Amino acid sequence: MNALRVSWLFFKVGVLNELQYRVNFVVQLFQSAIALTVGLVVLALVYSHTDELNGWSQPELLCVLGVQILMGGAIKMYIQPNMTRLIDDVREGKLDYALTKPEDAQMLVSVREVRIWQVVDLVSGSIVLAVGVSQISEGVGALDALGFGIALLLGGLMIYCFWLFIATAAFWVVNMWTVVELFDGVFQTGRWPVGIYPGWLRYSVTFLVPIAFAVTVPAEALTSRLDWQTLVLAVGFAAVLFAFTRWFWRFGLKNYTGASA
Amino acid sequence: MSVRPASTEFPVELHEAGRVRSLSGLYLATMRMAVQTQIQYRAANYFYMFGMIAEPVIYLVVWTTIADQQGGSVQGLTAGYFAAYYIVWTLVRNMNVVFGAPYWEHRIREGELNRDLLRPVLPLHYDIAYFAGWKFVVILFWIPLAVGLSLVFEPTLDPRAFEILVFAVAIWGAYLLRTMLQESLGMLCFWTTRGAAIFDLYMTTELLLSGRLVPLPLMPDWVQDIAQFLPFQYAFFFPIESLVGDLSNAELLRGLAAQLLWILIGLAIFRLAWRHAIKRYSAVGG
Repeated sequence: MNALRVSWLFFKVGVLNELQYRVNFVVQLFQSAIALTVGLVVLALVYSHTDELNGWSQPELLCVLGVQILMGGAIKMYIQPNMTRLIDDVREGKLDYALTKPEDAQMLVSVREVRIWQVVDLVSGSIVLAVGVSQISEGVGALDALGFGIALLLGGLMIYCFWLFIATAAFWVVNMWTVVELFDGVFQTGRWPVGIYPGWLRYSVTFLVPIAFAVTVPAEALTSRLDWQTLVLAVGFAAVLFAFTRWFWRFGLKNYTGASA
Repeated sequence: MSVRPASTEFPVELHEAGRVRSLSGLYLATMRMAVQTQIQYRAANYFYMFGMIAEPVIYLVVWTTIADQQGGSVQGLTAGYFAAYYIVWTLVRNMNVVFGAPYWEHRIREGELNRDLLRPVLPLHYDIAYFAGWKFVVILFWIPLAVGLSLVFEPTLDPRAFEILVFAVAIWGAYLLRTMLQESLGMLCFWTTRGAAIFDLYMTTELLLSGRLVPLPLMPDWVQDIAQFLPFQYAFFFPIESLVGDLSNAELLRGLAAQLLWILIGLAIFRLAWRHAIKRYSAVGG
């Protein structure tokens, strides 16, 4: 309970802090509009040459695009800023400030930052998703929607675990600045259903970087493609990943000697 | 055009022959320095190039899937063509990395420009030389990547000797062309600190019209018509197509000529903008 209260407090402070910089909202709006336009142009281009891509129709791929924008917004709003700050703190010796506080350190380093203007992507992603869903002729059942919600949360959790793993590696490898760009590039694979990729790449963006779980699986739920085995796999993998990263984080902390003090 | 320090301690006038000699000396020295600097950062360079691969691989997989669905080709382009296109794409994309327009803002804000202006040559010369030197390292590092990608994606590549020759020239033409465009655009930073929006728009236009997103024949006809009259495709689509496609000798030469024309136009724009920009400039920091 205390953890929730602390997270909420950090969230509020972060939002207040960001609200000072209102021009950033316009900047974000502009960038999101450009990214969305490109995404839609690519879809239009693809479907001007074919009716379906690996069994996915245009409205269905619109859903994938929506989920990808939505998830990308959530990552850039909450997960990525916290993890890049963790990496920076390790390098600059400022992590001690978080470690000396009487709360769980993993929780603390995961909630300190929030980029509230990324809310633009959450909104635009949701709109794209809604348009896509409304164009699907079969409709979306209540069970599909429930599966979608669960899959989305699990996907977000897995992406968080992936980032924490990478950030924890900063205890040993200090120079991690390229990771952000690398992740942004790889995350673009989420624009397309994971089934179109060749095996090695499909497994990489499913289990190595859990983008398939974060984007394709929720989209599968919405388009009535999801079978219960996949959902069970997602639950199991999320649990294993969470336990592993928690262990890895503690292992890293044990080896961490601090840089300042 | 020349920007010279007020102090007369520097040799102010050089004979034309001496000017060319000292300029080529500057180029060689800067290029050598760039090679030596960048070859030290092997891991960083590789990481960077590896990160770039995600983009073409995604495009490649999508279009290969479509081609396969439609019995082997889209608009006459086969899966093998797409593989070749996007593998050569990775080299051309790297040749397109130049001193970017947004960095002019950094250069001005941090006061680096003050130092650059004290030199007896334009910063432009230094940028061209440094990035050109870096390209040799990039090309060296690119070879194993290309081999790896070729093993995975099986490209259809069967160029004639003349096509290879034109390609070898065209990638440097692309480099110079994009340098001119980016440096000219960077001049905006002398007037505004909010160039980022314009740079974003520019990058998007370039993405769609240069052949970076898809080979241009896949674009609707009206887009191709527009692209004809813009420089972007000569920095991207043309170099790739010169090696991968089936252009006649006349078309190849015409492409090189178009590159040259756009480089000169870009240079003219840059010189004009630079002359006005430098008059507006007042030093910050030091």
